[in-house]
Amino acid sequence: MTDLSHIRNFSIIAHIDHGKSTLADRLIQRCGAVAERDMKEQLLDSMDIERERGITIKAQTVRLTYKAKDGKTYQLNLLDTPGHVDFAYEVSRSLAACEGSLLVVDASQGVEAQTLANVYQAIEAHHEIVPVLNKIDLPAADPERVRQQIEDVIGIDASDAVPCSAKAGLGIDEVLEAIVTKLPPPTGDQGGLNKALLVDSWYDTYLGVVILVRIKDGVIKKGAKIKFMSNNATYSVDRIGYFTPKMVDTQDLKPGELGFIIANIKSVADCKVGDTITDDVKPAAEPLPGFKPSIPVVFCGLFPTDASQFELLRESLAKLRLNDSSFHYQTESSAALGFGFRCGFLGLLHMEIVQERLEREFDLDLITTAPSVVYRITTQKGEMIEMHNPADMPEPNLITKIEEPWVKATILVPDEFLGTVLKLCNDRRGEQADLTYVGSRAMAVYHIPLNEIVFDFYDRLKSISSGYASFDYELEGYRDADLVKVSIMVNAEVVDALSFMCHRSQAESRGRQICERLKELIPRHLFKIPVQAAIGGKVIARETISAMRKDVLAKCYGGDITRKRKLLDKQKEGKKRMRQFGSVDIPQSAFIAALRMPEN
Amino acid sequence: MTIITAAADPRDEGFGLYVHWPFCVSKCPYCDFNSHVVERIEQSSWHDAYLRELSYFAAQTPDRVITSIFFGGGTPSLMDPKTTHAVIEAARKHWVADANIEITLEANPGTVDADRFAAFRTAGVNRLSMGVQSLNDNDLRFLGRKHSVEEARRAWRAAAKIFPRVSFDLIYARPNQDLSAWKTELREALREVGDNSISHLSLYQLTMEDGTAMAADYARKAFTLPGEDSAGDMFDATQEMCAAAGFPAYEISNHAAPGQECRHNMIYWRGGDYVGIGPGAHGRLTLNDGAVATRQIKAPALWLKRVAAEGHGTQEQEALSDTARGEELLMMGLRLSEGVHASRFQRLTGKTIDSMVNVAVCARLIEQGFLQQQNGRWIATPSGRLALNEVLRQMLAT
Ligand SMILES: Nc1nc2c(ncn2[C@@H]2O[C@H](COP(=O)(O)OP(=O)(O)OP(=O)(O)O)[C@@H](O)[C@H]2O)c(=O)[nH]1
Ligand SMILES: C[S@@+](CC[C@H](N)C(=O)[O-])C[C@H]1O[C@@H](n2cnc3c(N)ncnc32)[C@H](O)[C@@H]1O
Ligand code: SF4
Ligand SMILES: [Mg+2]
Repeated sequence: MTDLSHIRNFSIIAHIDHGKSTLADRLIQRCGAVAERDMKEQLLDSMDIERERGITIKAQTVRLTYKAKDGKTYQLNLLDTPGHVDFAYEVSRSLAACEGSLLVVDASQGVEAQTLANVYQAIEAHHEIVPVLNKIDLPAADPERVRQQIEDVIGIDASDAVPCSAKAGLGIDEVLEAIVTKLPPPTGDQGGLNKALLVDSWYDTYLGVVILVRIKDGVIKKGAKIKFMSNNATYSVDRIGYFTPKMVDTQDLKPGELGFIIANIKSVADCKVGDTITDDVKPAAEPLPGFKPSIPVVFCGLFPTDASQFELLRESLAKLRLNDSSFHYQTESSAALGFGFRCGFLGLLHMEIVQERLEREFDLDLITTAPSVVYRITTQKGEMIEMHNPADMPEPNLITKIEEPWVKATILVPDEFLGTVLKLCNDRRGEQADLTYVGSRAMAVYHIPLNEIVFDFYDRLKSISSGYASFDYELEGYRDADLVKVSIMVNAEVVDALSFMCHRSQAESRGRQICERLKELIPRHLFKIPVQAAIGGKVIARETISAMRKDVLAKCYGGDITRKRKLLDKQKEGKKRMRQFGSVDIPQSAFIAALRMPEN
Repeated sequence: MTIITAAADPRDEGFGLYVHWPFCVSKCPYCDFNSHVVERIEQSSWHDAYLRELSYFAAQTPDRVITSIFFGGGTPSLMDPKTTHAVIEAARKHWVADANIEITLEANPGTVDADRFAAFRTAGVNRLSMGVQSLNDNDLRFLGRKHSVEEARRAWRAAAKIFPRVSFDLIYARPNQDLSAWKTELREALREVGDNSISHLSLYQLTMEDGTAMAADYARKAFTLPGEDSAGDMFDATQEMCAAAGFPAYEISNHAAPGQECRHNMIYWRGGDYVGIGPGAHGRLTLNDGAVATRQIKAPALWLKRVAAEGHGTQEQEALSDTARGEELLMMGLRLSEGVHASRFQRLTGKTIDSMVNVAVCARLIEQGFLQQQNGRWIATPSGRLALNEVLRQMLAT
């Protein structure tokens, strides 16, 4: 039995790639939670997409047992969080489940934009923060400079910052000691009425719905009847336990502890992260504060390539949403694509990941339409419409005003790249708000329209700064804008899934770029295909995809027949990943790829 | 010289025997045929194994009239002519031989001389198909060929004196080959063909086959190939020049003086039956309970062992549904300039073409000039043939 003073709950937060997951590996290893032979790099990045892309997407929890220098044994509940901006909602929920944070900073890179964003969230959550200077094994590491930077830029005391190398395993004992000595234990009332925070949930094909909870007060026991306070749904606890990261069953979870509950939850909709779980018989009076809902900033349509998969898509979205409450969806229908869903995301990477997870985890084939931000349109009648989809835009003569969302963007960049970065911001209609120096690096703050940064800004920023610039943004509000809808016509038919909004001054060049991209993305057909961009009825750009000439096997004899038949089947498969518009097949990947601007 | 009419009679596809010989002197980097380079070939085991597997299949196909035999490879000119003779004799014994039976052997220039040719002729071979590949020594080297243009020339001239019918293969649309270079080469080839009364030409565009050394080099961008448009131009020029020289295309890559079409290969394209023996050989047979596709074990040593033990080396015998047969018939038949006879299609598959294809799409393909319907036949036009994969994909789309 662990009393509260022997528990430490903490998140590992950092800018992307500063080594959170690698540090988690070392902590797990040092505490012997995983047998040596089962150890692998970034153990907690358990999804295939995470391992392929080398980034964390979902926060993960592990309980560790640590015998400290004071001779006592501690229960450590670690939460590894993602670093990318698009998954910030994972971080904020993790922070709410614990009392302290390890702020990992790459000692060769220093403080980055996402370091700032995450540490400010941790401060807001009243966390104790232990700075960790990682990657000291690198020749370029300069822990002293970075320590100073943390104090100057973030304004927290870094005199006790722990230098370490997660990769080389240096300084790990010191990190663990700092956790038990610097971070506070949780508080809670074991005898009190039950209150537990629903931190995360997911759908497991074998186990059904699994929820992750942080117990605040009271004890939840196996077999107990629990109630979700937001909707009064009640369930009895089938299994309860914690992660090592393997699932380990226990009899109960006590205040301060983090763990899972499986309760035969039938309705996926009953599970809302941020909800409070209490005892059905002796419920708590007030729920916990819960989480601020996430606000999606990018929207796109998701349609099944095969229309008969619509219901499957609906179920799959519900199951995926259980595991990712930062995306939102509602049904929509499109002239060309039939029934589907309009979905909201925290960014383009988020959108890509959701699409990919749906395809992999639920075996779906999807078409994603051109992403869009939310515009506010005021009509002649004085109505204000929130437009999530350019296809819904009223006729221009019925509109009195269009407003678009703006963000405040913070960019940290080494001095030598500042010129090109400022140019990029200006090209994207940005207005400079502030420019200061942090050592040899500049910190530029800009007001920029969201639709200018949502699609490819991050990629562009990385490429023009050789990867050195970092970036974070938050929504600021709406401003009037001179925007037009650019429609794309393929073989003389409007493809609404490709139309997009943009500033009038950029319509022509973006229209041209998109036609050029589509020319590369749409395979040749047996006939010539014109691809045009137009505003209203006026064509502003045009490309032609020339007709296919040659597609045949040179030789086809006895043995080739079977092979050829298989090839034909494979081509039919390939065709499934296309969608027909009139007599033109457009690959599903083209809808997003068309918007990625080439480097200029 | 016997002239063999390529039976335009839609009631008969012929019946053939394919014999696969899996060895070559060296492996060409572009080639994905079942061919291997070995130290020593135990000629007598091959002799015995072919005869055993032949009688296994013959027992299942009694009373047929055999119209062709094809020794393919690999390099079957490395075979002992005695074995060739024995196989031909056995086939004549098992089945009734057509009076005009066509017996082809593939030969690689450099593996044969006039004496060997004479031996194969005596064994019963009446048609020789030679892999010349290029009339340019540099390109022969690029193709990994061990012979020079001069050696090839000596070989086909010798062959033309010995065999009633001779064909040769060229590979074009090679790296760095442009339209005018190919035209020059083809003009020279057509002159040689004319001078030596060679009656048949196979002209293949170089294809990168998965798993070959050349495809790997290509993936590494070690060289480039002519683009789709220039390959298309070369194809068009090939059609014109050959037709003008009296060798119209009768199939996508095959040209012949009228009546000199390869009778054996026509069986494949017309959806007829053939027995396939030897490692990796494929066959198509109509048995009492329906059509089957046969495939023999690919690895030569394993095949030999299995035949010795069980009398045949069948890896798989797959029943073909009428739909599969229909698909094959369209895939193969539309390669031919004669197209697919609707009546033949119905006789072989029990279905009409209309019931298998997307009729609206076909109407559009006809309108666009890729497909024709004429005298009870469905025909892909020359531009349709050049884009046949796409045309078929569209026709068969549901
Ligand atoms: N040299 C060196 N490399 C390290 C160290 N720690 C992590 N890395 C490397 O940095 C890269 C990113 O490490 P991760 O642990 O995946 O980083 P992360 O912060 O979890 O990344 P996200 O979850 O995507 O935000 C990997 O290639 C690690 O091997 C270290 O101490 N030294
Ligand atoms: C099995 S080979 C038989 C001839 C013999 N082995 C020789 O190479 O001389 C049949 C013919 O297919 C052609 N061929 C083989 N691989 C090819 C490729 N990758 N691309 C184009 N033609 C190819 C060659 O013209 C070759 O002569
Ligand atoms: S092309 Fe002919 S000689 Fe060359 S490896 Fe293939 S079968 Fe053998
Ligand atoms: Mg990570």
